Amino acid sequence: MSARATEPASSESDEALPEPRYVPLRTAVRALLRKELALELRAPQAVPAMALFSVTTLVVFHFALQRGVVDGDLASGVLWVTLLFAAMLGISRLFVADHEEGGLDGFLLAPTDRTALLVAKAVGLFAFLVALEVVAVPAFALLLLGPSPSLAAYGQLAVLLVLADAGIALVGTLVGAIAVQTRTRDLIVPLMALPLLIPVVIAAARGTSPLVLQGGSQGLEVRWLFVLGLYDLVFGLLAYALFDFLIED
Amino acid sequence: MLYGTRLRALSIATLVTMTAALALAFFYAPMDADQGFMQKIFYIHVPMGIVALCGFVWGGINAIQHLRTRDPKYDLRSYVAIHLSLILGAGVLVTGSIWAKASWGHWWVWDEPTLVSFLIVFLLYATYQPMRFSIEDREKQARYASVFAVTAGAFVPLNFIAVRLAQAYTHPRVFATADGGLPAKMQLPFYLSFLGMTLLYITLWRYEMASKNTSAKLRSLRRKLAGDDAVAPAGRTAAPSLPTT
Amino acid sequence: MAALPAAIELDGLTRRYGERVALEDVTLTVAPATTLVVFGPNGAGKSTLLRVLATLLRPHAGAVRVLGRSLPDDGWAVRGRIGFLTHEPLLYRDLSGRENLRFHARLHGVAFARVEELLDRVGLRLRADDRVSTYSRGMVQRLAVCRAVLHDPDVLLLDEPRANLDPAAADLVEPLIGAASGRTRVVTSHDPAGGLVEADLALGLRGGRTELLAPADRVQSHEIWALYR
Repeated sequence: MSARATEPASSESDEALPEPRYVPLRTAVRALLRKELALELRAPQAVPAMALFSVTTLVVFHFALQRGVVDGDLASGVLWVTLLFAAMLGISRLFVADHEEGGLDGFLLAPTDRTALLVAKAVGLFAFLVALEVVAVPAFALLLLGPSPSLAAYGQLAVLLVLADAGIALVGTLVGAIAVQTRTRDLIVPLMALPLLIPVVIAAARGTSPLVLQGGSQGLEVRWLFVLGLYDLVFGLLAYALFDFLIED
Repeated sequence: MLYGTRLRALSIATLVTMTAALALAFFYAPMDADQGFMQKIFYIHVPMGIVALCGFVWGGINAIQHLRTRDPKYDLRSYVAIHLSLILGAGVLVTGSIWAKASWGHWWVWDEPTLVSFLIVFLLYATYQPMRFSIEDREKQARYASVFAVTAGAFVPLNFIAVRLAQAYTHPRVFATADGGLPAKMQLPFYLSFLGMTLLYITLWRYEMASKNTSAKLRSLRRKLAGDDAVAPAGRTAAPSLPTT
Repeated sequence: MAALPAAIELDGLTRRYGERVALEDVTLTVAPATTLVVFGPNGAGKSTLLRVLATLLRPHAGAVRVLGRSLPDDGWAVRGRIGFLTHEPLLYRDLSGRENLRFHARLHGVAFARVEELLDRVGLRLRADDRVSTYSRGMVQRLAVCRAVLHDPDVLLLDEPRANLDPAAADLVEPLIGAASGRTRVVTSHDPAGGLVEADLALGLRGGRTELLAPADRVQSHEIWALYR
């Protein structure tokens, strides 16, 4: 045996087992979120693509529907299809940077809860969706929407958007995490996410219709908010329970 | 668990029950005044639908077990359950379309929330196999498939509620389903058909489980006798692999 | 001499990859502050072994104890005390060197002063605010070393740590990850002579199986060469 093997080890192994180090969830989430936002600001990929795609989609709708203005059910449908399909782009990109640059390993080595990644990714995606809507909703109002909704109606639309975005963010994080491990990532995301998001489409589109009706907005029916809330709760719990299995080996 | 036992008995039972159910449906059950003979597809469509949905849930339950214990046998059980339910699901949609034609004169209607929910669920589960196939690492494939199966299983009731809510505001529900409202002469063929479908599902499930288990054991024995090199590496596949010991 | 608790204990560690076996029945003990060098051809299981020790992979069979904690169940307890350096630098190319290290510092609860100290020691202070995509391979490796030792780990797992490093750079990182750092180390190596010099214990793997396991001063270079044939 070489002499080094019998030298006293570092003080910690003389005593009982070394204290586990641990970083609280909130700190880890903040660190991850900072990184997400810093990366997106530094090398914008997802948000500009989603925003541009939404505007292009609106133009396509104009020609496909052969109309200059839409209102009511049709307007609601156009808006939500546009938002949903643009969201697919964001979901596809969500885990790509980490996957390609080995970033997940870096996080997995840290002494913290795995859930931090779920929270950070979902909040990040939510932020990207809000950024998307800041462009897409005014574009929609400008390009295709016939009636001019009141400020109150816009406020109610904002509430719908927040709840819907939460659902899309949760489903998107789950599906994005699954898709990044497949070889057909861009195909799997819309195929898997769209059926899962149909309840969101149902509630959001129904909720929006009265807000964009020609002849004045008729107010938001609260039941759709409850449906969205329930959906968010169910998927929140599912994501919390299942996400760890997607990132650990 | 040995899946190959009682296969013959189960197959015979299935055949007998299904034949009896179909015979009763054709000859014993009343002919619907409005919809005519095509209405009888109801005796296949609804039981198939119920069994398919239960199959998806059974797949989800096995998936939970797989995630908890990491035992690959649960992954195989889940895979077979889902893939059989998907096949039945295709049958549900086809027979549902025929029934829609009989009831409303169109090959598809959006009025029946159960059928519409089923379409959405079918589209979702149709991604299961492509997803599995596109993940090469077998362990990861199994784990991700289980996460999907649990998510999709939880989604089924949520989806059903949402679609129901959407329909309630345009069309009231047009017809009664099998629970409670069946006249006497329809009950026997219906329940018999339901039993037959369940037996069919169980039999097919056991067949497939037995077949896959046997292939895996064969590979394992070959490997033990002739060495690693005698067995060609398993190509890319969506089906679960079993441990080689 | 007093019996010291082992830093790493493996007992029949097995890990499969599909139908093949990546590691089979590996058993050894690494005393604290000593170096285990792992030799073997590509595909022998060296990287797998490191990843299992890093808590990134679960053992399929056998027992693994790191710093007295059993993996995978108590992996959470040792994560903060393991430093892992692998072929992938685990750095974001679009962020600067400093930003990358600060990100890891936050994740490990380490003060930023330590980031500055390490950047200085590896000679990256001047380029710390440039994006990693502008770094040379040697600079990336130096930054990766900083990342690995940022949280002052007790155990270092190093997968060919001197790859891409010129002699000057290798000198800079030596006190951080070399034997003199006083940490328990597991190092993979393709260099029989060099590897044996820094090893206390030598492990030779082939096809996941242990072909050689002995204290380094009793192993000769040609035995390592034999692994590759």
